[in-house]
Amino acid sequence: MDVTFLLQLIINGLVVGSIYALVATGFVIIYKATSALNLAQGEFLMVGAYICLNMLSKYHLPFWQAILITFFFSAILGMLIERLILRPLIGSHLISVIMVTLGLSSILKALIQLAYGTDTIPFPEVFPSAPVQIGPIPVSQGYLYAVGCVTILVVILTAFFKYSKTGVAMRATASSQQVALSMGISVKKMFAISWAIAAIVSSVGGVLLGTIRGGIDMSLSFMGLKVLPVVILGGLDSILGAIVGGIIIGVLENLSGGFIDPLVGGGAKEVAPYIALILILMFKPYGLFGKKKIERV
Amino acid sequence: MRCGDFKTSYAADMTIFESGTARVMLGLFFCLLFSLPFFVPGYLLDIVNRIGIAVIGAIGLNILTGFTGQISLGNAAFMAIGAFSCGYLGTKFGLPFYLCIPLAGLITAFFGMFVGIPSLRIKGLYLAMATLAAHFIVEFVVVKWESVTGGVAGLTIATPKIGSFAIDSDARLFFLIFVIAIVAVLFAKNLFRTKVGKAFIAIRDQAISAEVMGVNILKYKLLSFGISSFYVGVAGALVAYQAKIISPETFPVSVAIDYLGMIIIGGLGSILGSIYGAIFITLLPELLRMGTSSLAGSFPGMVNHLAAMKELVFGLLVIIFLIFEPSGMAARWHSIKNYWKLYPFSH
Repeated sequence: MDVTFLLQLIINGLVVGSIYALVATGFVIIYKATSALNLAQGEFLMVGAYICLNMLSKYHLPFWQAILITFFFSAILGMLIERLILRPLIGSHLISVIMVTLGLSSILKALIQLAYGTDTIPFPEVFPSAPVQIGPIPVSQGYLYAVGCVTILVVILTAFFKYSKTGVAMRATASSQQVALSMGISVKKMFAISWAIAAIVSSVGGVLLGTIRGGIDMSLSFMGLKVLPVVILGGLDSILGAIVGGIIIGVLENLSGGFIDPLVGGGAKEVAPYIALILILMFKPYGLFGKKKIERV
Repeated sequence: MRCGDFKTSYAADMTIFESGTARVMLGLFFCLLFSLPFFVPGYLLDIVNRIGIAVIGAIGLNILTGFTGQISLGNAAFMAIGAFSCGYLGTKFGLPFYLCIPLAGLITAFFGMFVGIPSLRIKGLYLAMATLAAHFIVEFVVVKWESVTGGVAGLTIATPKIGSFAIDSDARLFFLIFVIAIVAVLFAKNLFRTKVGKAFIAIRDQAISAEVMGVNILKYKLLSFGISSFYVGVAGALVAYQAKIISPETFPVSVAIDYLGMIIIGGLGSILGSIYGAIFITLLPELLRMGTSSLAGSFPGMVNHLAAMKELVFGLLVIIFLIFEPSGMAARWHSIKNYWKLYPFSH
């Protein structure tokens, strides 16, 4: 077996996986805080990428300004969605929550399609793309920057949840809403903040994907469905799980793309995460780090 | 005069027709329905046929999701299994359509029950994800298993025939589809008057209590998956006959979402609701197309955005229904009917 090829696949997997990890983190934050399953996570990513694109290529802002404005709009979007759509549905049946996020994803996709069409739009080069040698293999600098951004963001998030007052309040809300309420925490505010953070984190994923691929189109929204195997593997309510799961699924996807695709003629890369999902559900339904809920029917 | 909706016996509560008038109205509706092919032009009849298929599929999904409470995002995959097994049986073995359709249903029911096995262990959102994963796996198999499904090139479906009478026009297909659809509606309506149907509802409402009361959860969950998938498989087979050529792209994941939209907008856990939802969601793109083509003079770009407009309106409708009328059109219709029944003394 060609070691360079293997390493190349693993590195690609790590990069894509770190973006999965980011989006999955957003997903888990929402699930933990509000126990809503957000199937529109991929659309958050897409919308974030398009906002940033707009700022960069239409208004020619420097990257750091563009990304701040992207954060701002993503946060507003997340909070608006929570306030207008999810809050009226608190306490309703699970299928309503699943379906409402599916409806939301239809709307966001349609709006983007109305505004930008279905063609791939080139994404301005943010990071230098000249490859650097790591050992025997050339790695695009964009990849390194992407992994770096994800790492920084994860560290910031961890610090936020561990040390900031809001972060601790969010963890309290996740562990028990009633106790949190009686301690004077506004649960509604925490819900809104969760959605805002999830939208921001996903938008970073979108921008990074845009720079790596060099262009963005509607297919970015499929990322939201790719995240499901990740969160199942890591455990639905574990941020650490989302990160580890994201990297594992990313590597798995690229390895099956490299080794199984030539045998079956393509397609294995796309389907491998879902086969993993089914296997995990059968043998370890709460994932690697998920909280076990014992319930027998 | 009537001053309310009171029932004094179990039989009265279980009856399908509340009054003789309802029977007559239904009879009139059938007369009107079956005269449609004689005066409705081909293109509109094609839409009517699609409504008929959607009714069968939506009832199937509602049996599983609305009545038994098992969320399935794999509806499109089950339809694909029905369509491709129907096509394969018809082209490779030369079976007539009246064997192909029920066999396609049975094959799909078998697959549905297979997917349903984990439902004893996993439920709720885990089941939703598992069925979604099943969708992508089925899609992959359909693309790759070229000897059976024809791969990406697709599968050409043999024209259904009775003797030498070919069911090749929209009008002839209409009778095939609607006879099956009416049988499907009647079966489903009666299913929920029996022990089996009531067991489904008990599982949805409170699985633990259902088990305590002697409902065998695994058996009835699997049965629900089986019956539901049989319906969906039959709908898929009819899609195959209508489309004449089917490929993996005929059944994308958006089809499954459309069907979920039908039962949400129509009404979860309501047979009538499935019918309303199927009609509404199937007509939606056609209504939008009419709307945009009439506006084409003033907004020439509108026609290009039809697909996006459909998605937008669909998403908005689903959200609006979930927030303001979670029981769907069926419940709204019921309350409107009751209002007028008691008019002017309704409160």
